[in-house]
Amino acid sequence: MTSTSGSGENSSTPLLSLRGVHKSFGAVNVLRDVNLDVWAGQVTALVGDNGAGKSTLIKGIAGIYPFDTGEVAFDGEPVKITGPRQSNALGIEVVYQDLALCDNLDVVHNMYLGRELKSGVSLDETTMEQRARETLDGLSVRTLKSVRQVVASLSGGQRQTVAIARAVLWNSRLVILDEPTAALGVAQTEQVLNLVRRLADNGLAVILISHNMNDVMQVADNIAALYLGNMAAQVSKTSVNHQQVVELITTGRSGDLGLQQAVAL
Amino acid sequence: MSTDVRLTTDDGVVHEGDQSISEALSAYGNKIRGGELGSLPAFLGLIVLVIIFGALKGDVFLTAFNFANLLTQSSMVIVLAMGLVFVLLLGEIDLSAGFGAGTSAAVLAVALTQKGLPWYVAILAALATGALIGLFIGVLVARLGIPSFVVTLAMFLGLQGLMLLIIGDGGTIAVKDPVILAIENNNLSIVAGWVLFAIVVLGYALTSGRRILQRRSQGLTTQSNSLWLSKVIAIAVLYGAFTWQFSKERSLNPQATSIKGVPYIVPLILVLLVVLTFVLSRTAFGRHIYAVGGNAEAARRAGINVQGIRIACFVICQVLAAVAGILFASRDNSVSPSTGGSTTLLYAVGAAVIGGTSLFGGRGRVWDAVIGGLVVGIIGNGLPLITQQAGIQFIVTGLVLLVAASVDALSRRRSAASGRA
Ligand SMILES: Nc1ncnc2c1ncn2[C@@H]1O[C@H](COP(=O)(O)OP(=O)(O)OP(=O)(O)O)[C@@H](O)[C@H]1O
Ligand SMILES: [Mg+2]
Repeated sequence: MTSTSGSGENSSTPLLSLRGVHKSFGAVNVLRDVNLDVWAGQVTALVGDNGAGKSTLIKGIAGIYPFDTGEVAFDGEPVKITGPRQSNALGIEVVYQDLALCDNLDVVHNMYLGRELKSGVSLDETTMEQRARETLDGLSVRTLKSVRQVVASLSGGQRQTVAIARAVLWNSRLVILDEPTAALGVAQTEQVLNLVRRLADNGLAVILISHNMNDVMQVADNIAALYLGNMAAQVSKTSVNHQQVVELITTGRSGDLGLQQAVAL
Repeated sequence: MSTDVRLTTDDGVVHEGDQSISEALSAYGNKIRGGELGSLPAFLGLIVLVIIFGALKGDVFLTAFNFANLLTQSSMVIVLAMGLVFVLLLGEIDLSAGFGAGTSAAVLAVALTQKGLPWYVAILAALATGALIGLFIGVLVARLGIPSFVVTLAMFLGLQGLMLLIIGDGGTIAVKDPVILAIENNNLSIVAGWVLFAIVVLGYALTSGRRILQRRSQGLTTQSNSLWLSKVIAIAVLYGAFTWQFSKERSLNPQATSIKGVPYIVPLILVLLVVLTFVLSRTAFGRHIYAVGGNAEAARRAGINVQGIRIACFVICQVLAAVAGILFASRDNSVSPSTGGSTTLLYAVGAAVIGGTSLFGGRGRVWDAVIGGLVVGIIGNGLPLITQQAGIQFIVTGLVLLVAASVDALSRRRSAASGRA
């Protein structure tokens, strides 16, 4: 297996680096011997067909489904992430594919869920509301009527925005977005892609999962292609073209890139 | 609960965006139309029932003596329902809460009568019994993943057996401790009743006023002063009228015994209402309960200890059931194997649902238990004045519960359609 590390600009230590990661659910091997490097200041696109294991990989990083075996290093230090609190403490924030919002709670409550600000024993609602508003305004989201609306009353795109706002609310170092543009219209997709770029330009590491090749080519610095739970290749965007990425996704190889033998299923 | 917040706040005009009375009313109207009915059906039901029973049997029903009775009769169901709100919020159920109350009451009675322990030790023992039962249920549900319906159905039987064993062969244990008996049977002095009135009104005015000022100082929109003032006045008038009525002589035979003053049970329920409402709506723990009830997986991913929350809610439910058990012992002067049995649990679940707590989880308040418990209590108090047939009473209460559950299901559908929770 060849996991081509990026070009010369990536000689610095990656912020997050996975080596030989495995994950199985019962008898199903979902991730096999996966390597991945994510650098600060770069957008790493994670691509792969449906069921390739992308969501499982990022849930492992987030501590939702901890990896079975394999090494994880954050900031060069080996870490063991066994729960969401730990990944949050490292500065990892995730926007999940299903958004993971509580419909019965309002926008502010969702953004601070599990990490509520307190004054004494009671919640500090005013500060939470203010900061939530500032963050949403920072994302130039003008479509939300009120941050005290319950999330159930929001449109798909608005919900997605809330999930993204929750991820950038904290002093995060790595933001992971699992198909963040899936429910969005043209203008809002553009907004989210701009945001993704801005996050990376501000020095954060970003992992972006997307099925849209145009989005990937537009915003990524680095492309990692998963094929049936194997990391087919991780390459710098400048070294590949659209066609090669599609081949990596669909067959796991493209020329001398990717998996060299047929994958044992 | 939520007020609209407009996006422009730094316009420099003080209080400009604050919610006036008419805005508050129209926001409430929107909520209702959107399917968020809250306690409105229960409140309307309460008024309709008072009018019906008042018209048919006003001479007996509309007396302070009867209302005092109604309050003490409802108190057990209200306290049980308060506990059930916590498990219903998770989308779970505790069918054993009634016999949990009975078991804790049995422990109380044995501690007082057979062991001769002081009342406070007996109360602690009863509360600890509730906590243990709740912990047992919670661990089975949260850790082993057995549906709460099954676990608590088993406990429904098991606790009946445990009660029989605790009570022993005698069948009934008399409770004679004056402090325990006072809870359901005695009243505050007139002065204390008015002190309580002052605490309620000032307490509400100060806490809500403080919050309004705080939000305003941060540039967030909130209620206008006139809206706040009208709420304070409404509470002062209503609770003042209540206190005034209960400060008058209400004994049916004043020469023999004098009965006046607000029943002890009122401050007890008010304290539970305030404390539990604070826990649910103003603490992170309470917020996490709603989150687990709304989307347990999202709560887990947010780092919330979902199992811990589940266990805690079952413990809270059974501890409140133990409080209800103490009330049973106080009202009946005794504990028997049927304490907390019969329709107790069904009425308590009914009370929570009638009050507006959803059976589907994620929506409900402690207040729902109070207003729903009063509806159930009024039916139980008023119907016997009209008909002696127990059959009719069961059928009517069953129908009211069905109506409440349909309102719950319909408002859920309606809010799904209008996109509210
Ligand atoms: N909790 C689970 N239990 C069992 N199998 C699972 C679980 N989660 C994921 N899988 C399996 O793991 C495989 C990869 O799933 P995953 O969600 O990671 O794919 P994905 O790459 O994110 O796909 P998509 O593009 O459709 O989102 C699938 O075959 C799926 O059935
Ligand atoms: Mg996925």
